[in-house]
Amino acid sequence: MIRLEGVSKEYAAGRPAVDNLTLEAATGEITVLVGPSGCGKTTSLRMINRMIEPTSGRILIDGRDTARVPAATLRRDIGYVIQHAGLFPHRTVLHNVMTVPRLNGWGRARAEARAREVLEMVGLPGDFGRRYPGQLSGGQQQRVGVARALASDPSVILMDEPFSAVDPVAREGLQDDILRLQAELGTTIVLVTHDIDEAIKLGHRVAVLRQGGVLAQFSSPADLLAHPADDFVADFVGRDRGYRALSFQHADVPVHPEEPVRLGQPLGRRSEEWLLAVDDGSRPQGWVVPAEVGEGPVRVEHLHRAGTVAPVDGALRALLDAALSSPSGRGVVVRDGVLAGTVRAQEVLSVIQQAPRPDGASIQGPESASATGQRP
Amino acid sequence: MIATIWAWLSDPTNWAGAGGIPAQSLEHLRLSLIALLAAALVAVPIGLYVGHTGRGRVVLVNVVSAFRAIPSLGVLFIAALLLLPHLRGNLAFELPSLIVLAVLGIPPILSGVYAGIEQVDPAARDAARGMGMTGWQRLWQVEVPCALPLICSGLRSSMMQIIATATIAAVVGLGGLGRFLIDGQANRKYDEMAGGAILVALLALVVDIVFSLVQRAVVSPGLASRGRT
Ligand SMILES: Nc1ncnc2c1ncn2[C@@H]1O[C@H](COP(=O)(O)OP(=O)(O)OP(=O)(O)O)[C@@H](O)[C@H]1O
Ligand SMILES: [Mg+2]
Repeated sequence: MIRLEGVSKEYAAGRPAVDNLTLEAATGEITVLVGPSGCGKTTSLRMINRMIEPTSGRILIDGRDTARVPAATLRRDIGYVIQHAGLFPHRTVLHNVMTVPRLNGWGRARAEARAREVLEMVGLPGDFGRRYPGQLSGGQQQRVGVARALASDPSVILMDEPFSAVDPVAREGLQDDILRLQAELGTTIVLVTHDIDEAIKLGHRVAVLRQGGVLAQFSSPADLLAHPADDFVADFVGRDRGYRALSFQHADVPVHPEEPVRLGQPLGRRSEEWLLAVDDGSRPQGWVVPAEVGEGPVRVEHLHRAGTVAPVDGALRALLDAALSSPSGRGVVVRDGVLAGTVRAQEVLSVIQQAPRPDGASIQGPESASATGQRP
Repeated sequence: MIATIWAWLSDPTNWAGAGGIPAQSLEHLRLSLIALLAAALVAVPIGLYVGHTGRGRVVLVNVVSAFRAIPSLGVLFIAALLLLPHLRGNLAFELPSLIVLAVLGIPPILSGVYAGIEQVDPAARDAARGMGMTGWQRLWQVEVPCALPLICSGLRSSMMQIIATATIAAVVGLGGLGRFLIDGQANRKYDEMAGGAILVALLALVVDIVFSLVQRAVVSPGLASRGRT
């Protein structure tokens, strides 16, 4: 567990960049620091590995005061990922990833084996290791940055806007990988972002900071959306928070049986307006209009792919989106990728209406957050 | 004209003996390398210090441009006049010239080393610190390797400067290819003068090619290739 106790940082006297911040990042969870530009996120994060020394207050990692550990020693036990990856251009990808194990005194062979292993974990297998950073895309460089932080298997990783410089598609992939790796390894991650969507997607708990490094709210993403502590947080979280909150709500929605047609086979005497096409493994492929298919078999060119597909036990947001995006009005749901049936927007909405609002019991505003900061 | 220069260059008697072309070329090279080494011993540590810490940048920039304005021949005579009475033997001839050559060689190395360290990607430096490298580890494992292209070109242009200037060391009686220029002028043998000038240029060219091969060997391919392979 990482605990900031009344931590302040003043670069210039009288104007704190971070003001009396008390915060706990639980072990094995992702804690996100989010807020507008200049609110002190980076400063707060960098005080944890002593890249910046606090003006006052203290920071404990698993009960140990970081000020008592030599800075370089402390940092070797903490993974560090930054916005532009900061790879060493003169070292190959493999040697970049070997850096921290080598600093920690590992032998060359062991460090190399470990580097290959973590590169594989972040989706850069085999001969990527021989390349130089200049020969990678931005997204790949960022993956190497993550691998480099993972290499010595640290229990804590700090990330400062790790994905903000990569394009949205690569970003999604990286976010998913971080979620997967974190769940696998149980690493404690503190991540800084200015993107509230990223915060909500990645954070087990989200700390919203306001200008001057003041904690505005510290709670789970669901609570943040359902119960913003004040106007600032409500404004920052954004307008469609009601819809986004559905990402965290799960409830049983009636699933209707759907009689699909198979790709490569004729329709026979089916004549509904829209028919769902599946492949040989019963995986949904898209919708077809019988009039367009005619007598012959259903082919890939006939598919309308507008609809999204939701897991049958997915969040209400995914189910509603499947129904709303489907050209037939029937939202496709799957179980392990295999067609399970369809849902109707009407019915998802009525489930949403009946579902209990997320309760405020677990919410922490600034006051209650600092209350938990008291020593027991 | 060209024919007479060629005649001088290809005359076997000019290639023989202690004052011959090979001997003077080696002497020129020897003086230049000693001067380069001395210049590097002064300039590299200072450049590394300023680049790594960021301290004294303004001083460094001003000193470099002041050094560049120094007239080499003037300094050579002053150094010779001041030092000659205090020195004996070979040293009496060589030291003033070597000091002048080294002093002239310092600015390109200094600015190459400093600029090389300075231009290292701030993100890479930040990452190096964040990963727990000490100051020395950052310097030797990240900053110097990344600065090598500019450090090398600093050394190369310093060497060019020194080789060219070493020619004038003959004015105060030293060996080297400058002898042909000075003696040729004194004896009005213009073919010898021109031949000497060509040899200086050739020596500079060969040395620069050797240095560029060394540079290619020590600089990481990751710094050169910005494209895909
Ligand atoms: N080295 C510094 N010297 C002086 N002031 C600084 C320094 N670093 C940051 N600040 C100031 O401290 C405040 C917080 O900066 P910080 O970098 O922590 O913000 P941030 O939340 O990370 O912002 P961003 O989202 O733009 O990265 C800002 O007002 C900034 O100008
Ligand atoms: Mg920042």
